[in-house]
Amino acid sequence: MSTLLDNLDLFTEGFKNTIILFFFSAIFAVIIGMIVGAMRVSPIPAARAVGTVYVNLVRNTPLTLILFFFALGYPKLGLPQISFMVAAIVGLSLYTATYIAETIRSGINTVPVGQAEAARAIGLDFGQTLSLVVLPQALRAVIPPLFSVLIALLKNTTVAAGFSVMEAGAIRANLSERGEPAMTGLLWVALGFILLVALLSLLQRYFETKWKVAR
Amino acid sequence: MTAHEEGETLVSLTGVNKHYGSLHVLQDINLQVKRGEVVVVIGPSGSGKSTLCRTINRLETIDEGTITIDGKELPAEGRQLAQLRADVGMVFQSFNLFAHKSILDNVTLGPIKVNKQDKAGAEKDAMALLERVGVGKQAPKLPAQLSGGQQQRVAIARALAMKPKVMLFDEPTSALDPEMINEVLDVMVQLAKDGMTMIVVTHEMGFARKAADRVVFMADGQIVEDAEPEEFFTNPKSSRAKDFLSKLLSH
Repeated sequence: MSTLLDNLDLFTEGFKNTIILFFFSAIFAVIIGMIVGAMRVSPIPAARAVGTVYVNLVRNTPLTLILFFFALGYPKLGLPQISFMVAAIVGLSLYTATYIAETIRSGINTVPVGQAEAARAIGLDFGQTLSLVVLPQALRAVIPPLFSVLIALLKNTTVAAGFSVMEAGAIRANLSERGEPAMTGLLWVALGFILLVALLSLLQRYFETKWKVAR
Repeated sequence: MTAHEEGETLVSLTGVNKHYGSLHVLQDINLQVKRGEVVVVIGPSGSGKSTLCRTINRLETIDEGTITIDGKELPAEGRQLAQLRADVGMVFQSFNLFAHKSILDNVTLGPIKVNKQDKAGAEKDAMALLERVGVGKQAPKLPAQLSGGQQQRVAIARALAMKPKVMLFDEPTSALDPEMINEVLDVMVQLAKDGMTMIVVTHEMGFARKAADRVVFMADGQIVEDAEPEEFFTNPKSSRAKDFLSKLLSH
């Protein structure tokens, strides 16, 4: 307990940054993921092609390499400089969005084709059909896998620790510098993550109950 | 605009051909439907009658030929197509009510999002339509809470809410339990009496006799006969139609 209480500054700073990383990455990943998921079912061949290439390229690249690129490669491109924190959020968002896109696409495929036909038949265009009729039903079907992706994102934020972002995954290294026992520190970090994931699971259950749809 | 004269052609299909791979599902289809006319399309399953119905609002594309609605040719995908579809009401075999929306929201979605009607006005019109098809009390419920017959009547109200020029019915009673068929047919008969232009794919010969101005008989992707109901049922000309009718009456 003393390891936690004596170094509360480290723990709060670390978990604060973890939550910031997770929060912004999750929002951007869900937005990008929905757009890319929609592109992959769109009637426009070019949109489908771009979506497919993006998903396959980014999903097949290890997250570490993506973060490497944003931490080390991006600054050399001569573009406006960004902090490591922003770079980590961009990397995590782009990476997680591919998983979200595929989850949403599988959800779209669970919605009976007649729903989209009925929407088109009353004069809704492709975007309206998707956003008003298909996606709301698709999202309900994919709440559990969607939250699995978000929980993975929460834990993936620790990878950013290797790139100078002071988040929860970096707490142990900092504790070691202060001469604290590594194992105890790690246990506290693990406990912190378990609590955060438990919160996400509660949120998942809330959405599952709220959006239960009768067929 | 003299668009509301009776007797002028509202829906016109000329030289329409469609293939599913090697299956020639629509073969040189020519069909004219006048304003206010009720045309019933019948034929054995696999004859292409549902496909024909679905090409009229381009839920199915065609390979050759032209389809015009009120003088305008069906546009390719895009906003103009969406606009034209709003003029063509469609009722499906499996109802296809939006499963996540209440009955009222099912009916108001099109008027609000496509016709940009205000919410209060759209809801007032929707309630009037739901009352007209006899399901006003169900307005706040979800589709799955209604019987099949009620759902199909809601689907008719949803299509009517767009104030379409023509209504397409793709086997509207085929998925219904027998005791619910009549409640849907009654609504359709009333609609026909009110002067709606209708193209109805159905197996309900009673409806065809009661409400149709013309019966179109299809077999193997072709229109084989096109006659008045009485003429068609009592004196079919083609052997295919005779064969089809005899099978219907043998039980």
